[in-house]
Amino acid sequence: MPDLPFAMHIPDGFLSGSIAAAAAVLAIAAVGYALKVADRDLDEDRVPLLGVLAAFIFAVQMLNFPVAGGTSGHLLGATLAAVLLGPWLACLVMAVVLTAQAFVFADGGITALGANVLNMGVLGALLAGFLLGGAMRMLPQTRGAFLGAVGAVAWLAVMIGATATSLELAASDTIPLDTALPAMLGVHALIGIGEAVITVAAVSAVLASRPDLVAMKVPDERAAGALRTREV
Amino acid sequence: MSRIPTRLFVIVAVSVAVGLAMAVSPFASSSPDGLNKVAEDKGFIDAGKLHSLQQDSPIPGYAFPGIENERVAKGVAGLVGTLGVFAVAYGAAYLLRRRGAPSARSATTASS
Repeated sequence: MPDLPFAMHIPDGFLSGSIAAAAAVLAIAAVGYALKVADRDLDEDRVPLLGVLAAFIFAVQMLNFPVAGGTSGHLLGATLAAVLLGPWLACLVMAVVLTAQAFVFADGGITALGANVLNMGVLGALLAGFLLGGAMRMLPQTRGAFLGAVGAVAWLAVMIGATATSLELAASDTIPLDTALPAMLGVHALIGIGEAVITVAAVSAVLASRPDLVAMKVPDERAAGALRTREV
Repeated sequence: MSRIPTRLFVIVAVSVAVGLAMAVSPFASSSPDGLNKVAEDKGFIDAGKLHSLQQDSPIPGYAFPGIENERVAKGVAGLVGTLGVFAVAYGAAYLLRRRGAPSARSATTASS
């Protein structure tokens, strides 16, 4: 790899033109819809929060942590953004971060940008929005259960992103699916643990300081005081 | 429990992000990440290439140009990038909210 700097996201050349274009269409559709409905979700406090999330996700994506076998992983951030901002604003934040990384830092390709936004942003954010809502209807209404669900969904979002990447690589004839999928899922099962830990820690910090800034419905433990007493 | 003001929350959170990007990222793992490791192991890493638009990237590979020391170069890149995406996302949100608010919309129309 002569001219590739230390890259982390899908560079140009991994995906065929048609697969990159198809992924871009899906990413643009999601981001376009997000732009359309953004003002519905943007109250005054959430305007700076969009900047905060973009800054935090960009920064923490630079912090590659070692996982097994000479491999590293880093936060994706879509679940964190979806919990704090809701799934559609999360798509916008991820698009800002990944676009800046591609154009300013040469991290992730230009024709592959749509695929990166889809795999690391849109899919995770929408999955988190969908699953967390359902999970909190079934789980006990406690903060612990909420954080547990956030961690599980963060892990799952990484696995979904790795699956999508494998499918795109296989459909591009870069690598057979039965080679790509086990390799990608194996390493991302570990990376997903890091994603879950960082996401839960960050959500906990916001819950402790400004619980009103968490967009996803968090159980109100004061209202469920009886439940909490029983747990203790 | 008293809530901390939004402005303080933003300042603290962005400071944490800048601190991580400047001071911690230079010491992060430099092993290939999940996708790159798979690409190396399965022999398609060489298919990756830079787009022509990226040949003159301002800060290629998170190394701020003109700084010899690799760790300092990455720390400065982290500082610039973190503040840059903060500004872009904040600005985008500000414009989107203005567009959505009826009073702001009429004010914009009147002034344009």
